[in-house]
Amino acid sequence: MQFLIKSSVGKKLIMAITGQLMFLFIVFHLIGNTSLYFSWINTYAKHLHDLWPLVWIVRFVMITLLSLHLVFGIQLTLENRSAKPDAYAIKKSLRATFASKNMIWTGLIIAGFLLYHLLHFTFQVVHPEMSAKLNTDVMGLPDLFSMIVFGFQNFFILSLYIASLIALTLHLVHGLQSSFQTMGLNTDQTQPVIAKAGVIASLILLIGYASIPVVIFIGIVKG
Amino acid sequence: MILDGKCPSGLLHEKWDKRRQELNLVNPANKRKYKIIVVGTGLAGASAAATLGELGYTVEAFCYQDSPRRGHSIAAQGGINAAKNYPNDGDSIFRLFYDTVKGGDFRAREANVYRLAAVSNNIIDQCVAQGVPFARDYAGYLDNRSFGGAQVSRTFYARGQTGQQLLLGAYSALSRQIRAGSVRLHPRTEMLDLVLVNGEAKGITVRDMVTGEIKFFAADAVCLCTGGYSNVFYLSTNAMGCNVSATYRAYKKGAFFANPCFTQIHPTCIPVSGDHQSKLTLMSESLRNDGRVWVPKNKGDQRRPDEIPEEERDYFLERKYPSFGNLAPRDIASRAAKEVCDEGRGVGSSGRGVYLDFADAIKRLGEITIRERYGNLFNMYEKITAENAYKQPMRIYPAVHYTMGGLWVDYNLESTIPGLFVLGEANFSDHGANRLGASALMQGLADGYFIIPYTIANYLAQTAPGKVTVEHPEFRKSETESRDFIKRLLSIQGKKTVTEFHRELGRILWEHVGMARSESSLKKALQLIPELRAEFWENVTVTGTSAELNQELEKAGRVADFLEFGELMARDALHRAESCGGHFRVEYQMPDGEAQRDDENFSYVAAWGFTGVATEPELHKERLSFEHVHPSVRSYK
Amino acid sequence: MNLTLYVWRQKNADDRGRLEQYEAHGISPEMSFLEMLDIVNEDLIKKATEPIAFDHDCREGICGSCSQVINGVPHGQEEKTSVCQLHMRHFKDGDAIYIEPWRARAFPVIKDLIVDRSALDRIIQAGGYISSHTGGVPDANSILIPKDDAEKAMDAAECIGCGACVAACPNGSAMLFAAAKVSHLAMLPQGQVEAARRVRVMTEEMMKQGFGNCTNHYECQAACPKGIKVSFIAKLNREFIKTLGRSGKISSSVDRMADTLPSE
Repeated sequence: MQFLIKSSVGKKLIMAITGQLMFLFIVFHLIGNTSLYFSWINTYAKHLHDLWPLVWIVRFVMITLLSLHLVFGIQLTLENRSAKPDAYAIKKSLRATFASKNMIWTGLIIAGFLLYHLLHFTFQVVHPEMSAKLNTDVMGLPDLFSMIVFGFQNFFILSLYIASLIALTLHLVHGLQSSFQTMGLNTDQTQPVIAKAGVIASLILLIGYASIPVVIFIGIVKG
Repeated sequence: MILDGKCPSGLLHEKWDKRRQELNLVNPANKRKYKIIVVGTGLAGASAAATLGELGYTVEAFCYQDSPRRGHSIAAQGGINAAKNYPNDGDSIFRLFYDTVKGGDFRAREANVYRLAAVSNNIIDQCVAQGVPFARDYAGYLDNRSFGGAQVSRTFYARGQTGQQLLLGAYSALSRQIRAGSVRLHPRTEMLDLVLVNGEAKGITVRDMVTGEIKFFAADAVCLCTGGYSNVFYLSTNAMGCNVSATYRAYKKGAFFANPCFTQIHPTCIPVSGDHQSKLTLMSESLRNDGRVWVPKNKGDQRRPDEIPEEERDYFLERKYPSFGNLAPRDIASRAAKEVCDEGRGVGSSGRGVYLDFADAIKRLGEITIRERYGNLFNMYEKITAENAYKQPMRIYPAVHYTMGGLWVDYNLESTIPGLFVLGEANFSDHGANRLGASALMQGLADGYFIIPYTIANYLAQTAPGKVTVEHPEFRKSETESRDFIKRLLSIQGKKTVTEFHRELGRILWEHVGMARSESSLKKALQLIPELRAEFWENVTVTGTSAELNQELEKAGRVADFLEFGELMARDALHRAESCGGHFRVEYQMPDGEAQRDDENFSYVAAWGFTGVATEPELHKERLSFEHVHPSVRSYK
Repeated sequence: MNLTLYVWRQKNADDRGRLEQYEAHGISPEMSFLEMLDIVNEDLIKKATEPIAFDHDCREGICGSCSQVINGVPHGQEEKTSVCQLHMRHFKDGDAIYIEPWRARAFPVIKDLIVDRSALDRIIQAGGYISSHTGGVPDANSILIPKDDAEKAMDAAECIGCGACVAACPNGSAMLFAAAKVSHLAMLPQGQVEAARRVRVMTEEMMKQGFGNCTNHYECQAACPKGIKVSFIAKLNREFIKTLGRSGKISSSVDRMADTLPSE
């Protein structure tokens, strides 16, 4: 096991596996979020809260995954920087993309956003007056729905979310196919297919996630 | 002096066994105490260093390249011969031996050639074990193809990169020994001088090509595996760095140089495109398996090849040599191409080229098969000429490719200097006056893997290890000489560049000591070369200093040696008043233009001893006797 | 045609280095890129200026000595072409050409366009071989290898060790180089015995030599003059994953050899 965290390929494997698991979380999170469209979100949240041991397990796992991903991601980036100390006067990229070259930045943006997102909706300290902890809906449940709607009516918050989602998409566009390569699942035949599937999946997530704040902002869903 | 090759007596097929029985061994526990210098890390050098290291000797390996993987063996394309007889088409060790002796126009030592043929099979086994990805058939067995000068399929190949794969195999074995500590590698290091102590080879002087530092290495024996001297012609298929310096400087220290006039012109190279040309590119001879060589029947036919109807084409190799056709040996195919071009029937803008046409083969086998066999060669051709050889015939022309001559060695590969062993192309031993295709790789690896490990032990067993150190005054002497040589080159500060001199030398040699030589042309060369050499030492310019990486200085040293060596080559060609193999004297030809050998007077190896730069070298002869192959007119009709 | 060159000049490893401008006159389209540089150099020598130092040898695309980044692309824009096989017909009159050495921490510049690539050799020395003994091997045809496997192994074995992959990689990683060797040997039955050890020590050595980590930019494949594919990197990763199940130390053949060397 020690070899795994010392070796270049081992560290990348950790990146790939933690990345893929977090991707799964993002997928389920989106499915949960769509409950907003059916005005079930408060009920959904209640169900989740009733399963609190599971929630805490998931939270613990996610924090672990995130920390590993973050620590090894930063470490690998620093190693890579030091392996290439001098820049070319002119350098053309042949296959590398904006996404592949900026993984560290999109990653850090996502991490920063995550913090804000948690403060906003989980710890609810961004707009305490709208905190779901203080307000209840007609059923007497904490009113998540109103809190979300109120939040996204704010252009600044909307922009922040959309920008972060774009960063996430870029991160996934490279990260998804890259993780398959690192896990040795690519061949000459599958590589282009996986790369395309990765892009499509990332775009679906972008549309899915972005639709909620956009729909609220333009007033289709109202508080 | 009459030289003795010291071949074992007895039956041909028992000679090598007999010799191995006679040779002394070095005790395993003592091997480590013996230091062996190996100069050059091509096939011969890498395989020798790896094997000697594996046996337990302490080896110092040197190469001028930045990595041992870049020796010019890497550029060999076609394949490697072995008498495996896997295709069941009648091959045998004796037949490979016979073909090689005959291909060499009966100017090689029988016993050496037989040994080469006998160990050829071990080489293939060895390379497969190392992971060389030879071509295979659908059942998973090794595939063979046929090559010039043979009527059986005995050539093993790895696409068009056989040399590369074999060298990487040897390099990997060498790398393993470097890691194990038995071999110490010195890349970017050039040998300047051989150091003799009491007449025996006990070390070398080198220049660190990065820092310019002059260094010394003492050893118990020295192996030169430094390749051939084709670059004396300036334009050749050899790599830019290939040179004669190591062997030539050993020659100046007393090793005899054998048959320097035996140079091989390869028939299938890409024609020269202009004065800027820095080297020639070979297309593997294996192309002649499926390609048909032709020129227009009429002089000055300017039509595109596809516009020339079948009946107006002259498939001259098939016409002249019906049984071997396009697979006629290299010297014969080359000369035939020169003849048709001299007649004014050559193709391409320069008129120095013939077509190599794959249209029939593509029709018969399909483009896919041809692509599989020669894809990389076709790509290479297209890169250089911007022509697609699947659609139009290639243009080819002969170019200097290989040198059969080299330092004289006995059956044990030991030169006339005790303790100096010479392997691979650098020695003269196995190919006579002409080398058959796919035999160079075979010889390099045979020498390195399977011969030197036995024969060097015999020499070492008779000496105490570590007798000489770099403190010996001979090393000081060598240092002074080497430094003076470099200082002199840098001090001239003339008007002409090293390359200009080299190009000029090449022109003289190609013109007068090239594919067809005559007494008058050779005498002309013997007059022109010393003149050029004198001008070189007065008018060459070498930039930079000696204490840094200085590619001009490296080149200058090599060209200085070529300027002396070219003369030796011409002298040897002049003395050999016969035609044989790669050496064609226009005065000695059959009525039909074939080479006319003179076995009565020239059935010997001409080994030259150095007497001074300005004086004539001394000729020594080693008589060749043929007990098993009767020298006949080498007919490929 | 006439060209303007901007060439990296650096006297030695300690020098800072800079781009310098040169004019190349009378260049014909048939010339190779290196022949164009030869002409520039001959001019410089005539002016008693030190010529541009660059690595080159076979000039037929196989020795792997060439190491120039031309207009931001290792070996220049032409696909699957090393500098020596790049011909001037791909340039046009008046072009400006930037020529720089390979850049990576593991490849320190020695002079001008010449870099030290011995780190690649050390990766091979770590384990890029099959430890067969000279002589003691079975008949070549006793090891049958399916044609497709042999062909794939050959695809990987075509690597010429030029280091363009490292030069192209934004991370200065040598993964394509290591992967080509690991894959070549792992695809052959002869290479199986040491497969686990090989992939571990070679990747370990790669880090030790100061190469970066592969983050799957695939620049290497695009720059490779032999078209070595990144699917071999996936193959290396698979070979690595296979070793994770193995407990205990994977000993190196070098260790074993040291044990068996005759004692004093």
